[in-house]
Amino acid sequence: MINKGNELKLQLVNPGILERYIKTMSPWFCVAFISSLIIGLWFAIFNSPPDYLQGETVRIMYVHVPSAWMALFIYSSMAIASLIGLIYGHLVAFIYTKSVAPIGAVFTLICLVTGSLWGKPMWGTWWVWDARLTSMFILLFIYLGFIIVSKSFNDPLKGDKISSIFVIIGFINIPIIKFSVDIWTTLHQPATISKLDTPSIHIDMLIPLLVMFASFIFLFLYIFSIRFFSELNLRRYVAYTLSSK
Amino acid sequence: MIKRKKRIYLISLFFITIATSIYLILWALRDNIVFFYSPSEIQQKISLKEIDEMSKLRLGGMVKESSIEKLNDGSINFIITDFDREMVVFYKGIIPDLFKEQQGVIAEGSINNEGMFIANSILAKHDENYMPPEVQDTLKKDYGDK
Repeated sequence: MINKGNELKLQLVNPGILERYIKTMSPWFCVAFISSLIIGLWFAIFNSPPDYLQGETVRIMYVHVPSAWMALFIYSSMAIASLIGLIYGHLVAFIYTKSVAPIGAVFTLICLVTGSLWGKPMWGTWWVWDARLTSMFILLFIYLGFIIVSKSFNDPLKGDKISSIFVIIGFINIPIIKFSVDIWTTLHQPATISKLDTPSIHIDMLIPLLVMFASFIFLFLYIFSIRFFSELNLRRYVAYTLSSK
Repeated sequence: MIKRKKRIYLISLFFITIATSIYLILWALRDNIVFFYSPSEIQQKISLKEIDEMSKLRLGGMVKESSIEKLNDGSINFIITDFDREMVVFYKGIIPDLFKEQQGVIAEGSINNEGMFIANSILAKHDENYMPPEVQDTLKKDYGDK
């Protein structure tokens, strides 16, 4: 009675089969990351114009903005995975959430550091406590909190439920980050790309930005595949030791 | 199946409760979360006697065209406008590179008894538009100086 679509779905929620899929894909993620990084950096450093107002400093954008997008995207995907894990009880959802959290935390940190380096020459300050910067700073601590909670259980299965609830609570911060620049007055400027009218960025600057974003996605997928294997093996080991007791 | 439905309801209820409480907290603190006030808001607050010379605040808006005046002692004064009301700002210190006429600016400081703003630091604010200088030049040519 199982049709083709359901069969694939069953295979993807089976950790062992998913592991085989990811194992064949992971070298390609690495290749895609390195090649798009080279193209992206070449565009960003040598083949894109300076900004009319900010001059060459605008090149920080090609690292800052994609890492901010990745930080938000990874957290949102963690929240969806936690929801699926809590409702359907799929183990892969929990493994996904746990493996990508440190990647998201590092992207958040990169976003904060590059933003600070960009803020000093442009705004005249390393840091201010405006709504956008503060909510992004909180996101870093939500990531760290999740990592601590998810690691504080000897039996990973017990920690899954509590840390998933933690992720869902923390998801409230994501729309706050996104809309902080529209709701409150901030030093940070409003969104450029996701405006309702056409994006107000020149096409020569948009290309390196999107290529760098693609390369960060492949980097994320590559690190995820490595962490997925180790998390899966950790759970196998725990299950084995618990069953042999 | 019923168990799964119950779980979905529980999680949504839980999420909605927490989201509502966060919303209420942010609503209550909205006056503190804003990073700066516009000249209109500050003048309204002065007339309502919500602020006086002692209160530290930030004033933000556009630097009015040809309003920057450099004085001999190294201090500057200029006008911040929100295209409705405007305020004169006095400042002495380092100015950020992006501080220009018709650019966004945020001044940190306090008002004096004549309703002028004494800033002790200045932050430049830029907008969300990114383009090469040549494009900006053609835009200027096409649309005048706006």
